[in-house]
Amino acid sequence: MSTFLGMPSPLRGEQSFPKASVKELANGQLRRNLQKATSTIRAKRAAVVAEVPDWEELRDAGAAIKADVMARLPELLEQFEAAVTARGGVVHWASDAAEANAIVTELVRATGSDEVIKVKSMATQEIGLNEHLEAEGIAPIETDLAELIVQLGHDKPSHILVPAIHRNRTEILDIFRREMPDVPADLTDEPRRLAMAARAHLRRKFLSVPVAVSGANFGIAETGTLTVVESEGNGRMCLTLPQTLITVMGIEKLLPSYADLEVFLQLLPRSSTGERMNPYTSLWTGVTPGDGPQEFHVVLLDNGRTNALADQVGRAALHCIRCSACLNVCPVYERTGGHAYGSVYPGPIGAVLTPQLTGMQGHDDPSASLPYASTLCGACYDVCPVKIDIPALLVELRARAVETDAAERRLPTGWAAAMKAAAWVMANDRRFAVAEKASRVGRVVARDGSFHRLPPPLNAWTGSRDLPAPPAQSFREWWAEREAGREGEREGGGDTG
Amino acid sequence: MRIALIATCLGDAMFPQVPRATTELLERLGHQVVFPAGQTCCGQMHINTGYVREGLGVVRHHVEVMEQGGYDVAVVPSGSCTGCIRHQHGMVARRAGDDGLAERAEAVAGRTYELSELLVDVLGVTDVGAHYPHRVTYHPTCHSLRMIRVGDRPLQLLRAVDGIDLVELPGAEGCCGFGGTFALKNPATSAAMLDDKIAAVVSTGASACTAGDASCLMHIGGGLSRQDKEIRTVHLAEILASTR
Repeated sequence: MSTFLGMPSPLRGEQSFPKASVKELANGQLRRNLQKATSTIRAKRAAVVAEVPDWEELRDAGAAIKADVMARLPELLEQFEAAVTARGGVVHWASDAAEANAIVTELVRATGSDEVIKVKSMATQEIGLNEHLEAEGIAPIETDLAELIVQLGHDKPSHILVPAIHRNRTEILDIFRREMPDVPADLTDEPRRLAMAARAHLRRKFLSVPVAVSGANFGIAETGTLTVVESEGNGRMCLTLPQTLITVMGIEKLLPSYADLEVFLQLLPRSSTGERMNPYTSLWTGVTPGDGPQEFHVVLLDNGRTNALADQVGRAALHCIRCSACLNVCPVYERTGGHAYGSVYPGPIGAVLTPQLTGMQGHDDPSASLPYASTLCGACYDVCPVKIDIPALLVELRARAVETDAAERRLPTGWAAAMKAAAWVMANDRRFAVAEKASRVGRVVARDGSFHRLPPPLNAWTGSRDLPAPPAQSFREWWAEREAGREGEREGGGDTG
Repeated sequence: MRIALIATCLGDAMFPQVPRATTELLERLGHQVVFPAGQTCCGQMHINTGYVREGLGVVRHHVEVMEQGGYDVAVVPSGSCTGCIRHQHGMVARRAGDDGLAERAEAVAGRTYELSELLVDVLGVTDVGAHYPHRVTYHPTCHSLRMIRVGDRPLQLLRAVDGIDLVELPGAEGCCGFGGTFALKNPATSAAMLDDKIAAVVSTGASACTAGDASCLMHIGGGLSRQDKEIRTVHLAEILASTR
């Protein structure tokens, strides 16, 4: 099997999901960290969602508002641009990661600073902004505690909302001791003390760095208002203290009107952190003289979104508000963690969104393995606050992965050949009955009525499970025998009953 | 009532005791069971593995066989096959541009019920007169639970079984890791999920694990057998068909 020759990026790993997950699964500490963290957050979410009597109506409203936004996105973007500009902000358009990174770098440079403080943001993870800034001689400083842990640990985020979910407190203590320049000598792994150490470290940066970069949870087309919701107050610091604020926002993050926040500010915190309301909700509109940043820029990021929008599946995936509830309930994510997905968007929504943003370039593309990283158990759909039918989208993406692959190669893969043959057999009951009989040949190699070791590809099954041998008689044979017996009774016995 | 039995390909070829038990149960309840002989498979394996075009022929075959009629309702002793018939057949046909087939498929699906749905909703019975004197734990399979939403119907039926000692399965709603061809395409992750499910089943002290899907039971049973656990897997239909 050849390997994918494209470039790895923040959206595309080097290995397919099945390969990458084997490595992650072997890490017992990671499994325990994930199990503990996801089960805690699942229980919290379930409790606060159960308190809301109109939760299902809220989900319907969220889905309807998002569908409306996608249906008239160009118009809403223009409205947003006009509103931001009218209130003293500057709007930049970036068609891809390279453009967005260049714009942000230029804007930071113009401030004269070689440091920039950052609010946790998926959009800037997606474009690899930190790596780009570093290469340009500018130090990005993550101010969200978990992002700081990831950054100091020279690590990659493994969760949309809780990027250091794969780390426990002992590991965090080690990272701080090793990497934090002003770390207290007597630091312990008590969570409060770890947070205080980070707080002291960051406070110096908040007070000295003149430029911040943020993402946005929502942008309001009507007013040009931007919104960041967060739990630590670091966002509020970044959004208010520096002279210059640069916000990078995916174009799908718009909401038509201010009133729409009513729906989403109920859906998001309960779905994401399992809180009734998030501790800090910041809303800002343009520039206010004498208060907050005096220079404000919004970079509107496409990076594959327009292509996704043009497509039924992609469009549904763009409804995502990055709450990460689907990650926390996913039985696959719970075992493998986020790194196995090779994308900054892991978990069920990542398995839909990532191939949409990168495209699927044939069988060897890691992105093409992501739609298969699911048992289609449906837990993600049940918790999605905007009702994205993730299992149905995964099935559609699998169909496309198969079709793209079939169009590209001259000889079918083993899978394709087997599936074609099975479809031929299963579209006809006589052929199916013959296949049932043929499968019984296997009975001779079974031990105690089971197969314990089978050749490839079925060794993937018998690696950890037995497979029962086919029965001596299929159901249809039993049925035919029974019918024949009854027929005989009717003919031979007459009406004696 | 005249009830058409959809045996499912797996039930027909690998676990004939499941459609047999379904037949015996429904006949005991006074209904006539018919077996549309042309039936093969619902096409779920193809559809969920991405071979949707290949699945189209299987879907068309199912619709043609089940359209021939001669029955009031159809029963499937599987939540996931019912889910495929109900939620995917129309999609597969529409995706291929065959709206006519989609409508026919949806008409067939409208008369098709999973076993616990048929018993509780259509036939209005929860006590089917079964006797099963064993400690049993119930695994609510993902597609029964979240795709067709059978809710607690299987538990209503199990609670009414004479002599049963029904024990709750910890983390019951979690997937066992089967996921059709997921078990082959991502064997390591599948096995990790299966290990947790087996640990939960073992912790109940049950002598049998039951579910409404032979496929998930094949997976759980395959793991129990490999780990030499003396716990058998038994389909819901088999318990409900058992009598004193």
